[in-house]
Amino acid sequence: MVAISQDTMGVVLNAHGLASDERRERWMVFGLCGPALFLIGIVMVVPVAWLFGLSFVGADDTLSWENYERLWQSKSYARIFKTTFEVAFVTTGICMLIGYPLTYMMAQLPRRAANIAMITVLLPFWTSLLVRTYAWLVLLQRKGLVNGWLIDAGIIDTPLRLVHNFTGNLIGMSQIMLPFLVLPLYASMRAIDPDYVKAAANLGAGPIAAFWRVFFPLSLPGLFAGMLLVFVLSLGFFVTPVVLGGGRIIMVAMRIEKSISLYSNWGAASALAVVLLVLTLACLVVAAKLLKLDKLQSSGGSEG
Amino acid sequence: MSWFSAPASETQITHGARLWLYIVSGLVMMFLVLPSLIVIPMSFSESKYLEFPPEVWSTYWYGAYFDSKAWMNATQTSFTVAVLTLFLATPVGTLAAYGLHVSRFRFSIYIYVVLSLPLMVPIIMIAIGVFFLYAKLGMINSIHGLVLAHSMLAVPLVVVVVAAGLKSYDMNQEMVARSLGASRARAFLTITLPQIRFSVITGALLAFLTSLDEVIVALFVSGGEHATITRRMFNALRDQIDPTIASISTLLIVISMLLLIAAQVFGKERD
Repeated sequence: MVAISQDTMGVVLNAHGLASDERRERWMVFGLCGPALFLIGIVMVVPVAWLFGLSFVGADDTLSWENYERLWQSKSYARIFKTTFEVAFVTTGICMLIGYPLTYMMAQLPRRAANIAMITVLLPFWTSLLVRTYAWLVLLQRKGLVNGWLIDAGIIDTPLRLVHNFTGNLIGMSQIMLPFLVLPLYASMRAIDPDYVKAAANLGAGPIAAFWRVFFPLSLPGLFAGMLLVFVLSLGFFVTPVVLGGGRIIMVAMRIEKSISLYSNWGAASALAVVLLVLTLACLVVAAKLLKLDKLQSSGGSEG
Repeated sequence: MSWFSAPASETQITHGARLWLYIVSGLVMMFLVLPSLIVIPMSFSESKYLEFPPEVWSTYWYGAYFDSKAWMNATQTSFTVAVLTLFLATPVGTLAAYGLHVSRFRFSIYIYVVLSLPLMVPIIMIAIGVFFLYAKLGMINSIHGLVLAHSMLAVPLVVVVVAAGLKSYDMNQEMVARSLGASRARAFLTITLPQIRFSVITGALLAFLTSLDEVIVALFVSGGEHATITRRMFNALRDQIDPTIASISTLLIVISMLLLIAAQVFGKERD
């Protein structure tokens, strides 16, 4: 009896030791995240928090709301926000309209063919943003290729103003943003169980009804997530509107840059950046929720 | 004709009935790829106004690039920074992904979110924040400052890619090695790392490319003799179109293509 109870005690003690060993071990392994957290903490989180604080400091070095009040009251800021939202909305719309058919087709191809088609999405994704913007500048300028072709084809007589304006910026941004819509949408379309569509066809739905009533609703979370991603990235865009907008389009990010490099007005720039940050994070949270919903749905689908 | 009336999907729609889908998709693919590719032949023209196709093929603008001390300086800076970023961000990101994967704390998800912050915060805000910090620390226009900033941007990408690799790796193999007496470090280096190497390499390529292509942070914190190539290109584009940029763009496109091919090849081997 005694011997047994001592034995169990030993096991219990040992289990305790093992558990605490394991905990210590887990913490040590967790410590491997340290360098990454340190790097991101010092180089990004601290300065961004600092900017957050600066946005509440007024011109006379006291705490105040004046930077935000100015954002709210000034007409020029209102115009900048209007332009930014316009550009982001239209870019998102264009990406949706041209991205959905492409992704739908790729999602139906056999894997091998789809991977090859995917290269056309990945190549621009991996190509420098600056290079792609430059390419559009060359194509769209007054004596550029597009105008040349249109005149040769007899469609127009005088070159169109395709660049250094709203149109040029939209064309460039849509192409640059498209992969961000296609990639999440493709993943979510691939996760849709093809049996659903088959079942719809079996039950008498024509191809169009099967698409609109079964496939399309199932692809919506992925589509919205991709659209939100495009929207968010468009809100904060800088390089393309500077180059293709030619000064006629002023978006939030450009105004922030100007406030710093031209006026060194940290309060104004920080407040603007904080507003941009809040808008961005809000969109991202919604997108993450949608994707999670999507995952639940598709995993439920494969079980059922 | 038979292909047109053949069923194209589960819903018995025919290829002919959705021919428009193929045409639209083809056009969108061209829209995605052609603009960058068309720069390549144009860069071999001789005139100040880039032509397509070039009337006279020449490498004039490549000469202009390679003969310019300023462009060569910028190129050297960019590549130095990109290589150093690769060597800093890859191990830091890989260790973090491994640590998160193995420790499995309940709060790990929040750490993961913190580590992805550089992907979420608008880049312009990061850029002015880094500018603010470096101005205080006297790190403006320095190589190491740029490397740190670019590594911060690249670490989340490495973490995401390596974490995905670890997900499809069976951690029990490492357990076996350790039960046979290997230390955790040894088990990781000899058993785990070789099996997730394709993810690590892909992460490293992404880190390199992120740094090489980065414009906005470089715009604020690089300058003088340590201006990056993207900063110089951006400023040149703002003012007027310098055809030298076509040749530099071509070189950058070629680098991107090579890295993409490398990533695809490594990705294939993983399957």
